[in-house]
Amino acid sequence: MRYTWSEEQRLLRDTVERYVIENLGFAARRDKPQTPRAAWRDMASLGLLGVAFDERYGGGGGSPLDTVLVMEAFGRGPVVEPYVSTVVLGGGVLRHAGDEALKAELIPKLIAGDTLFSFAYAEPRSRFNLANVELRAQTVGNGYELSGQKIVVYGGPEADVLFVSARTAGDTRDRDGISLFMVPADAAGVSRQDYQTMDGLTASEIAFDRVRVPAEAIVGEPGGALPTIERVIDDAIVAVCAEAVGAMSALNERCVEYCKTRVAFGQPISKFQVVQHRLVDMHVAYEQVAALTLRAALALDQDPVSRGRAVAAAKVQLGQDAVFVGKNGVQLHGAIGMTEDLDVGHFFKRITMINSLFGPVEHQLRRYRELRGHNEGAARGH
Amino acid sequence: MDIEQLDPTPEDYAFRDEVRRFYDQNLTDEHRRAALLTTWALAEFEYGRSWQKILYARGWGAPNWPVEYGGAGWSPKQRLIWEMESQRARPPEIMRMGKNLVAPCIMTFGTDEQKAYFLPRIISGEDWWAQGYSEPGAGSDLASLQLQATSDGDDYILNGSKIWTTFAQFANRIFCLVRTAKMQKKQEGITFLLIDMDSPGIELRPIYTIAGEHEFNQVFFTDVRVPKSRRLGEENAGWSVARHLLLYEHSAGLLRMVTELRWRVRWLNELVGLEADGYGGSLRDDPDFSRRLSLLEIAVEAADFAAAQLIADAKPGAPPDATGELLNIRNRETAQALTELGAEAVGYYGAPDQRGARKVVTDVPVVGPPHVLLPMPFYLAQRANTIAGGTPEIHRNNVAKHLLGL
Repeated sequence: MRYTWSEEQRLLRDTVERYVIENLGFAARRDKPQTPRAAWRDMASLGLLGVAFDERYGGGGGSPLDTVLVMEAFGRGPVVEPYVSTVVLGGGVLRHAGDEALKAELIPKLIAGDTLFSFAYAEPRSRFNLANVELRAQTVGNGYELSGQKIVVYGGPEADVLFVSARTAGDTRDRDGISLFMVPADAAGVSRQDYQTMDGLTASEIAFDRVRVPAEAIVGEPGGALPTIERVIDDAIVAVCAEAVGAMSALNERCVEYCKTRVAFGQPISKFQVVQHRLVDMHVAYEQVAALTLRAALALDQDPVSRGRAVAAAKVQLGQDAVFVGKNGVQLHGAIGMTEDLDVGHFFKRITMINSLFGPVEHQLRRYRELRGHNEGAARGH
Repeated sequence: MDIEQLDPTPEDYAFRDEVRRFYDQNLTDEHRRAALLTTWALAEFEYGRSWQKILYARGWGAPNWPVEYGGAGWSPKQRLIWEMESQRARPPEIMRMGKNLVAPCIMTFGTDEQKAYFLPRIISGEDWWAQGYSEPGAGSDLASLQLQATSDGDDYILNGSKIWTTFAQFANRIFCLVRTAKMQKKQEGITFLLIDMDSPGIELRPIYTIAGEHEFNQVFFTDVRVPKSRRLGEENAGWSVARHLLLYEHSAGLLRMVTELRWRVRWLNELVGLEADGYGGSLRDDPDFSRRLSLLEIAVEAADFAAAQLIADAKPGAPPDATGELLNIRNRETAQALTELGAEAVGYYGAPDQRGARKVVTDVPVVGPPHVLLPMPFYLAQRANTIAGGTPEIHRNNVAKHLLGL
């Protein structure tokens, strides 16, 4: 099966790419620094915050492929706005778990750029296991009280509203008993340690100390949130894979250009076979990740097993091939590639962070194998 | 490597105990922390400087130098014991461009005046040297350097720039390769100069790395006057001085690299024990992760034993052969793979930019548990391992030509 982009999709891609290069990318940010939320408002007015949402909430139509296009363009920046945390993760919780009233209330605010969201799920001992939730929500009166800790919450400093995974029943690693809560970022008992990340984004350590929320703060099915969380994270994995694909394409372009102009030993280094083969391998790597990213995007609405395998496969490929391109992007540029002055190092760092995000190769392989077992079991009639 | 492999005598054990005692008594907590926080070649400058002064006071300021210049007069075996004990103690890595790089060149090519003036200042820790080799247009292909030195009476007048000069912001001297003539072979027409950093016309531009550190600089020279008495060796013969230095760097580099690899394996083993796997155990229990770590551990055992053999077989004073260069190709790649595994080991905590917390003295708290502070910047900084000192691509060409005769 070959997927062909529609005319609208090509237009979207070109628009976003131009906007990113002129306003959000590395060079634009260096040359004309913007006030924090100005870029966000621009993105809202261009409709970029709404591409993944249904038209009835003011969105662009909700195809996962549109998100892929936007993220690829962002990857070519690289863009440091809290798009994944607000739109893909926060917006994902709303799309997949929110009831009609909540969606109708909050999605338009998200799309307009008025309300920013973040999703707090990782914990000090959870590593990449989404079922590992220690943060507790105890019933108190007719509401809940949340206590525990979330780590490396991307977009935490900008968020107005936090979605938080919490345990309402069962033991630390049980698949059942996990619920999603909506918590105002300024609620009493919420304390944040904000910081920048190595790749120029923002994140927070967030402590919840007996944070009181009403019963309506639960989003989705009480005690049964894990399948939703897995779905939201899969959406986000595809988004960051697409971002990495954009970063890879930019790096490959930079490298070809640089190797053709950089002279050593009396000739452009692009004349050396070792350099030519490396550049070809980097282009092969790009095709591999781009292919599996697109396939994973097309699988997002399938059953959880097919979806999970396709997403895990894309992330595994990223962990090998995008990382290869990142490292060699630096290597082919030499020392200048290791500096903050050039975008090459920033692409490399973004790819490095994306590789760890939601679990690198080992974690995704484990998941891939488990899901394959599930499939084979089903085929044998178990 | 281990002392038992050296066929030790009672005197060797006594020497080892003496060195060990010296480290135990003199290495402060701040020195140890400075060593621990080092993500690339050198520790925070202040701590390297104070450690050099302590070494000098003990008579070990430059133990491998000839005795007449202040060396310790150790046997090859004692030097190895010193290296092993240093590996065990992990002092801060001193800004070594003076002591290890320019000093041997001054000893070989310098005038009596140059030797008498510069060497004591290096060993005492009074002078700190930067290395002015690379230029924007001359990296691995060093001989195409362009920094212009024009003769003017008793002086040269310098115009151009040097780049990637590590820690030049702390140096009071810089040794440079400059172009004094255009000749048919680009290796000819290069001259080696010893320059004061406070000479009028020298300007520094800091360059920040992707790990967020100020290690590199670009050094600009605008009509900088350097007296000809500061030339090392003959005019237009600087390349042979430089070659001498590069040889020295390679052979010392092999031992240092293996030492470093062994330490990293220990470090990584500790790290995986401290990280939760998310399923109730530690990352050590993860079979995929363990497999990668074990493969690297075995690569380091091979590197260690191969280096020990090479060093044991080396004829004293003879220039190292290309086998050392060949071994170091793999060693650098292994070093990077170890830091890559470390960066993955810390999971989400690789992300926070913690440059503020990565100082010897700081009040910035670490985001997350203490062990997550270093692995990611370590990984990022170590990309330089296959760039600085010539890329593996270039080294492979050299080995193919000189060792395999291709």
